[in-house]
Amino acid sequence: MALDTLQRDGFLTTRLDEVINWSRKNSLWPMPMGISCCAIEMMATAAPRFDISRFGSEVMRFTPRQCDVMIVAGTVTFKMAKVVRKIYDQMPDPKWVISMGACASSGGMFRSYSVVQGIDQFIPVDVFVAGCPPRPEALLQGLMELQRKIAGDRTIGRLLHGEPIRIPAPALPPAQSSMEGLSS
Amino acid sequence: MTNQEILEAVGAAFPDGILGHGEFREDLTLLIRKEDLLRIAGFVKRDLGFDLLIDILGVDHFRAAGRFEVVYNVWSLLHKRYLRLKVPAEEEHPVVPTVTGIWPGANWHERETFDMFGIRFEGHPDLRRLYMPDEFEYYPLRKDFPLMGIPDSLPLPRR
Repeated sequence: MALDTLQRDGFLTTRLDEVINWSRKNSLWPMPMGISCCAIEMMATAAPRFDISRFGSEVMRFTPRQCDVMIVAGTVTFKMAKVVRKIYDQMPDPKWVISMGACASSGGMFRSYSVVQGIDQFIPVDVFVAGCPPRPEALLQGLMELQRKIAGDRTIGRLLHGEPIRIPAPALPPAQSSMEGLSS
Repeated sequence: MTNQEILEAVGAAFPDGILGHGEFREDLTLLIRKEDLLRIAGFVKRDLGFDLLIDILGVDHFRAAGRFEVVYNVWSLLHKRYLRLKVPAEEEHPVVPTVTGIWPGANWHERETFDMFGIRFEGHPDLRRLYMPDEFEYYPLRKDFPLMGIPDSLPLPRR
């Protein structure tokens, strides 16, 4: 059989997408955007008991230029949003975002004038992780969901057709602030 | 030094400077006139030994007369006790003289109070906002500020 010959000589046939996506999803280097208490759980995820290196993501880089996925772990205020966006802009493509915890995903318990009610208002988010804070298992599940998403990507197809690496998400209507509370 | 002695000492030095006084959990509070703030603050620091400024805060009473109030919490390392000074500020142009010349640590406390309540501190060396962005136009801890803020007053980066 021809296949036997190929395998004996060290060849393997596959789709290019499969190889690229496989290598991408198993070496997701995180940008630890630890802003508040969720960062403690993110650190625990990196520690030996939960060991994020089982998923190829142990290389937390504190420079955005070497990162693939930004884990936004904490409460993002309007003042901090500019910083988060700037760091996101400095990451090279392809890049992904995990929104970790209630605060980053929806503002959480900080229903207040100073906190952004969900970071998807200013950066595209791939995976939302629920919890306050989420346990390390939840963050790992979020990472696995992201891996599943990357595995199904049409990397080469997009390249050939000149499509952008990141498909821009549809614009949301501007956030409405309700005038509840102490307004007279 | 007891609260009664503090009250008498300040009262003797500034006969018409004290508008009122009270006591809560053994801590003395003095309501004083804005014009006498600097002299009374200097007096309690130098002559009575209240050398450590703990905090400065604002209060919005949300009433027609005497809407705002600035509260100074000071601590005496010598006597090991607190003293609270309160100064009223009017609604239209709330201005209070700065105490940074007496307690240098007042610098950021006064900036915070300015940021949150819009109370200006006359003579402050660097009266900028502390928490909110410089271009923000409102004072969030005032009672007439809505809890969820003013729409579009804090711009987000483009998505």
